[in-house]
Amino acid sequence: MTTPSPAPKLPVSLAANPKLSSWVRITDEGHVAISPGKVEIGQGIVTALAQIAADELDVEIIRIEMIRASTATSPNEGVTSGSLSVQQSGRALRHVCAEVRQLFLAAASERLGVDPSQLDVDDGTISGPGNVRTSYWELAGEVSLDHDATAGAAAKIAAKRAVAGHSVQRVDIPDKVFARPRFIHDRALPDILHGRVLRPDVSGARLIVLNEAAARAVPGLVAIVRDGNFGGVVADSVAAAEAALKALRKGAAWSGGEPLPNEDDLAGFLKSQPVETTIIDTRTAATTPKPAQTLRRQYTRPYIAHASIAPSCAMAQWDDDRVHVWTHSQGVYLLRADLAIVLKLPAESIIVEHMEGAGCYGHNAADDVALDAVLLAKAASGRPVRVQWSRHDEMSHAPFGAAMAIEVEADLDADNDIVGWRHAIWSNGHAARPGRAAQPALLAATEIADPYPRMISSNPPAANGGGGDRNSVPLYDFPAWTITSHRLLTMPVRTSALRTLGAQGNVFAIESLLDEIAALRGEDPIEFRLRHLRDDRAKDVIRAAARRAQWKPPKQSGIGHGVGFARYKNMGAYCAAIAEIEGTDDIRVKRLTLAVDVGEAINPDGVVNQIEGGAIQATSWVLKERVRFNRARITSTSWTDYPILTFSEVPVVDVEIIQRPEIEPVGAGEAAPGPVTAAIANAVFDCLGVRVRDLPITRDKIIAAMELAS
Amino acid sequence: MPNIQFQLNGAAAAVDADPDQTLLEVLRGRLGVTSPHFGCGAGECGACYVMVGDRAVTSCDMPMWSVAGKDIVTVEGLGTAEQPHPLQRAFISEQAMQCGYCVSGILVSAAALLKRNPSPTEGEVRAALDRNLCRCGSHNRMVRAVLRAALEMAAP
Repeated sequence: MTTPSPAPKLPVSLAANPKLSSWVRITDEGHVAISPGKVEIGQGIVTALAQIAADELDVEIIRIEMIRASTATSPNEGVTSGSLSVQQSGRALRHVCAEVRQLFLAAASERLGVDPSQLDVDDGTISGPGNVRTSYWELAGEVSLDHDATAGAAAKIAAKRAVAGHSVQRVDIPDKVFARPRFIHDRALPDILHGRVLRPDVSGARLIVLNEAAARAVPGLVAIVRDGNFGGVVADSVAAAEAALKALRKGAAWSGGEPLPNEDDLAGFLKSQPVETTIIDTRTAATTPKPAQTLRRQYTRPYIAHASIAPSCAMAQWDDDRVHVWTHSQGVYLLRADLAIVLKLPAESIIVEHMEGAGCYGHNAADDVALDAVLLAKAASGRPVRVQWSRHDEMSHAPFGAAMAIEVEADLDADNDIVGWRHAIWSNGHAARPGRAAQPALLAATEIADPYPRMISSNPPAANGGGGDRNSVPLYDFPAWTITSHRLLTMPVRTSALRTLGAQGNVFAIESLLDEIAALRGEDPIEFRLRHLRDDRAKDVIRAAARRAQWKPPKQSGIGHGVGFARYKNMGAYCAAIAEIEGTDDIRVKRLTLAVDVGEAINPDGVVNQIEGGAIQATSWVLKERVRFNRARITSTSWTDYPILTFSEVPVVDVEIIQRPEIEPVGAGEAAPGPVTAAIANAVFDCLGVRVRDLPITRDKIIAAMELAS
Repeated sequence: MPNIQFQLNGAAAAVDADPDQTLLEVLRGRLGVTSPHFGCGAGECGACYVMVGDRAVTSCDMPMWSVAGKDIVTVEGLGTAEQPHPLQRAFISEQAMQCGYCVSGILVSAAALLKRNPSPTEGEVRAALDRNLCRCGSHNRMVRAVLRAALEMAAP
């Protein structure tokens, strides 16, 4: 007896939003509107999705109009995060467009009297034997897309794709080069007013006095808003709003607030807090040899700011008890859910519409500023209000990437082979995004008169790649391990998702200790890794990076090389990085060589761009970045106090893609930072003979490590 | 409020403005010129650069009184899709950005550099762009684009 093969399933985003017309519409003569639920955050996703649609529909990419996500019209695809957009939106669109093409072929077959198998589509024109022809646009009135997708439609095989898999120019770049307004910051609505919010320097402080007299005297002031500890101004120009805010600030007195930890002992702080402990994974060996020695190491990373170049911005406009919000949030539906809680309105009364912002690299203040705009717009008598945060607010009130302390213990046998491995993480949770809980995650929700508590960050489940524990389970074949995550239940420094969540810290820890053990054994660190890997795709990226970097170049004084590897979330993109650095006590990263495997690379140049960007941003994190604070407030509130890598400091970045068109694509945006962090740290050891286990790797840390070693 | 006159992208401009208001506010709020972006308001990131003569200057901290009589160029005045500046063409060819928020300031810095030094070395391009911050990590593509534009401009 044969068992029937399981019924084909719809891609996850499509199963949640099955109606074809919510994804694709044949619009006016010669155009196709594609409406994904994912949003552009500078990663090029809109172009990659347009490529997929163009391919399956057989239309030129120029005919495709990509519709910005809105809760009024778009499929609900949750949040644009986790390097999942190509996987989720891309798969859904591929399926939808294949089915739409089939429907049009069936209609054309009927009209032309030709079997569908004899019809071809070329740029939307359908033709068959005897020069019979019609088009998507002629047939648009006859083909209804207002029904649900079926599981049967088959997308093209890889070899038949003409657009996906090839580098195409991004659809958004011409606007950005020719100064055509595209960012929310540049698209002020007619009749707009400007709002600014008053916030305390001390997180959680209470507004006990607010003298409004001076602010009321500012010409152009429209309203002063006060709701508990939330205060702000609305004015008819940016200058008036800022002048009124300045006056209001002088009239404000604050009290209390939450003290901050000691920034010079983050590990001590993290390990002394109440925690929720989870065993992430264990592996037990059949026999447990007694270790000859155990290496114990602690790795730390500081809080890291998203530090978008653009301060967060939003617009809101009330119409009776309905509100329309324009936002660069990564999740329009999730933001709407939180707004509905705070405003005590049904979600249907709120439209949240996406407009592009600058790169956010995770959950920054995009959602917070949307609630600010909504609250201030209540005082604007139906006029739209635009709120833009200051640089200071962006660097002090937006969530940060969580600090981490990671202890790794490796049991070694007499040959210094690994026989046991324990990895323990202390960190706040890495996600406090809106729309996922019964309480809102938005900053102003903690400030209003009837406040919600600050949401304590949690960690996504392991099936979604985990949070603080992301990439903590080794891909190597160690015989035994225990991986433990301690999530803090207090959160004096506000944290949420930053690019890679915990993966940067965990990969740094694992790959640093592996390097140390390889050195102890006198074994080449690449050979050591290859010997402990069983996955050929993993080995291939390491070999490709090694080949490309001519591993290992002969030892030169003042130059060091190091390697790092990870598969993002242990189920996404494979990436290996080799760093070349130079220096004595102050180091410079000269070159990063990376190899990456994302399966099918839809837009190879887009993948290279994402890998380059992730590598350079990680270099900045590793060499320079650390949120600074005293016991009362965040102090790194400007670019002077929070420097990032500059043009002269940026290394050469050389990327090789291993293209695998037959394998489902995965995202590229978060593959590089972990491996690059480890590669730089390992290159520092190669160059200077010291291990720096406390990020960032600054001159002071190197000198401290040298003193410790001597 | 005094009437302040200056040249903007090759045309005469005149606005009644508070002399202490910043050029960035006037460009964006009054004149609808949105390519200079607000980034920090402290002259530290370069997103708001405009070109004055052959120099890139921050407009977020430039008071209007100092603008009188100046010749100001923004990306709107560099070129158009129909007649692009070589830098605009090169930034497209090199796909030299991710989010692109910093790009108009970088185009201005690069255009000013190429006015002063039509054939810069890579090191000179990096030094000229050092006051522009890019968070996405598109630096190397931008440097390549500037060098490509310089080559194109030098071609007979």
